[in-house]
Formats: sequence, C-alpha cells, structure tokens
Amino acid sequence: MTSLTTAPPAPERTRTIDRTTVRAFVDEHIMPRADAYDREGTVPEDILERIAEAGLWAPFLPAELGGQGLDLVTLGEVHEEVGRGCSSVRSLLTVHTMLSWALQRWGSAEQIERWGRDLAAGRVLGSFCLSEAGAGSDAAGIRTTAEPHGGGWLLNGRKKWITGGQRSDLFLVFARTETSIIALLVPRATPGVAVLPIEDMLGTRASMLAELEFTDVRLGPDALLGPASFAAGMVLSGTLDLGRYSVASGSTGILQACLEACAHYTARRTVGGSPLRELALIRAKLSDMVTDLRAARLLCHQAGALKDAGDPGTIMATWVAKYFASTAAARHSTEAVQVHGANGCSTDYPVARLYRDAKVMEIIEGSNEIQRITIADEAYREWSL
Amino acid sequence: MSDTTATQILSFIEARFPQARIDRTQDIFSLGFINSLFAMELVMFIEKTFGLTVPNDELNINNFRTVDAMTALVDRQRGTVGVA
Repeated sequence: MTSLTTAPPAPERTRTIDRTTVRAFVDEHIMPRADAYDREGTVPEDILERIAEAGLWAPFLPAELGGQGLDLVTLGEVHEEVGRGCSSVRSLLTVHTMLSWALQRWGSAEQIERWGRDLAAGRVLGSFCLSEAGAGSDAAGIRTTAEPHGGGWLLNGRKKWITGGQRSDLFLVFARTETSIIALLVPRATPGVAVLPIEDMLGTRASMLAELEFTDVRLGPDALLGPASFAAGMVLSGTLDLGRYSVASGSTGILQACLEACAHYTARRTVGGSPLRELALIRAKLSDMVTDLRAARLLCHQAGALKDAGDPGTIMATWVAKYFASTAAARHSTEAVQVHGANGCSTDYPVARLYRDAKVMEIIEGSNEIQRITIADEAYREWSL
Repeated sequence: MSDTTATQILSFIEARFPQARIDRTQDIFSLGFINSLFAMELVMFIEKTFGLTVPNDELNINNFRTVDAMTALVDRQRGTVGVA
C-alpha cells in the first residue's frame, strides 16, 4: 500500500512522453508479461512503480504538480500504446486519469495541494466509483448516500466493479444527497471503508476490480469535489468523458495488437505448404483491421484535439470514438482468434486475451447501447428539422 | 451587459437545439431539454469563447437559467460589469 503522506517531490528529470517512447516502454516492460498478469489477476507493484518512474500516471497535470502538462491528443496516444500491451494496465491508467483530471478541473486549491503531487507521481493511485449492483450506466439509480454530518459528510453504501479498487489509495465516490449527486474524495484508509476483491472476470482480469463498502464513513467538508449544486452532474459527465476517451484509445490499442498478432502469425503459419497470408480471406480480414484501426485512431485524435481546444464538440466526438473503437476492437479480436485457429483459443498467443478484453470495452464507461442512444439523439437534434 | 456576448450564447443554444424558440430572458431549464451533458457543453462553450474559467462557486443554476444570466456571469468573470 502506498503511503498517503506526501513524500518529498522526486528529483526533476527530463522525460519525453510521446507515442514512440511509450511504445518502447510497453514493449519492454508490459507486453512480455501481459498474459501473466491476466492469469494471475493482478498487475505487480514493480510495474506500477515503473509506470510512475516513466511519468505515465497523470502526465497531463501541470509541471508545478510534477506532471508535464501533456496535451490530450498525446495522452490518448499514450493510452493507446498501453492498451496495445495490456488492457488491465490501461484500465488502471484510465481510472487514475479520471480522478486526477477531476481534481485538476474541479478541486479547490487546498484539495489540489493535498493530492495533486502524489497523484502525478503515482504515490497515490486513484479509482472512480460510480457503479453499484443496481446502477451502472443508469447513474441516476445510485443508492449510496452522503448526508451532511458535523459540517462534513456521512457516507453509506456499496460500489461495485471498481477498477483498481483492490489497490487504489484514493476513491472518487459518487453519492446521492437529498437534492443531487455529489462527488467525494475518500481515502482508502478512512474508517468504515472496506475493500472486497472481485476476481475471475471475463476480461481485463488484472485490473484489480473490487466492491467497496462504506459504513458510516465520516468525511470532512474538504471531501466534496466540485459543486454540490445542479452542476455536480457536470463533474460526473466530465469525468466519464475523460474515461471514455481513454477507453476509446485503449480499444484502438487492442486493434493494433490484433493486427500485429495476425500479421506476424499469418506470415509464418502455413497451410498446404503456403503461408496463410496468401489466402484471400485472410488478407481481407487484415485489410479490414487496417482500415478500422486507422478510422478509430482518427476519431480518437479528433476527440483529443477538440479537448485540447476546449471545444464542447469533444463530448459527442468522444462518444463516437468510443463506440466505433470498442465495437471494432470486439469485431476484429474475434477475427484475430479465428485467424489463429485453435492456437487462438490457447494461452500460447495473446489474441484470446485481446478477445476477452475487447468485449469489456463495449460495456465500460457507458455501454454501447447508451452510446448509440446518445449519438442518435444528437443526430435527431441536428438533422431532423 | 454585452449584446455581443448574449448573441453568441443565444446562437450556441439555438444551434444545439434548432427546435427551441428562446429569447434572452427565457428560463432554458423550463424547456425540458437541458441535461448534464448539455450543461457541460454550455460551460465549455462559455469558457472557450470568452477565454475564462467558471469557478465552482459560480456554477449555480441561476447563473445558467437565462441568456442574460449567463451574459452577466461572463461579464463578472471578465471584470466588465457596468462597462457594457
């Protein structure tokens, strides 16, 4: 467990964080062990520390907090490359990104001072806590409550499917008050917080999912992140938007991994004395992977560029990017297993893991059904008159 | 209060909801189509267009209820109240 006390800032080092450097990092440190993480259901501490050393936990935070002020287009490329290597690791980055971004956007000066440097350095890892047993995409259905108590808040309820929950030090918990839904920063060590591991999931098996139980958790007034008014919904929407962008980018990484695995396999595997790659049906599958990969990458780039520009069009662009990239990843990972035949169903090749992880992408950060409803609403709003 | 600011905000809302017929004093929350996604888009639009960051204590529903209220918010954040 990482200490919650603020450690001295790490010595300043010049790091270059871009697609090229992160790709090399992933190839060296993550890709070779991703299947082992998947089997063991955990990402080991040494990898979490290496991610911290590489400055990848929250590089978009400003330099004064120890980040690099990284633009969001490049952040998306970072998450794509990590997703290419291991969706479980990318999922941990996603939820840490969501909490860190929300803190930067909505936090008070005191909250940023307390948590910002530790989040940037990866000394404190964060998780996003919205889903419950009876409420996933239906955020309005959450039953966890936050009651005013002694000038602060009294938190009660249970959260489920919390990515990184087994490991994280700080939780961003959404809870219902009498009038709205609010966001609370809840340190793991707070009395009344219980962490119950969830194991043996279909995909992203090493993302250290947990159920969190909050029993009369007493929080100070400084736990509230952002406004407690009608605008609290914006904290939720904005944070989910960043998560959706990360998942879209990670899904693009899965597509890239499928393409690399299939190109490598079919160039070597022979049937009837000829490489599989000479078969027209195999070439058709690869050509479709290439096309959808490029389209997904462009959609993610557009969403990121709009975020960097502060353009409100980024919200719909991100919905579209996540919907396209996740469905394409699910579709092509199925084909990747098919291309590999029985080998694809084994643990000897990565495509079985990619297949299982890709399915998860269609569900998290807003199921694809919710996304299609939202995208269709936008279409009618713009084009029905 | 800036007419230009109000016109820009009104144009943004009308572009997003072509079916809406609103004026500067109409309560947009009474129209039934405002959700948290649009509220976020609205805040992003105001911040980008007018080059400011809306602080948490100004994220009050009454500051976003009408075009005039949003215009007043922009003027306050720009320090241009009374300059018109």
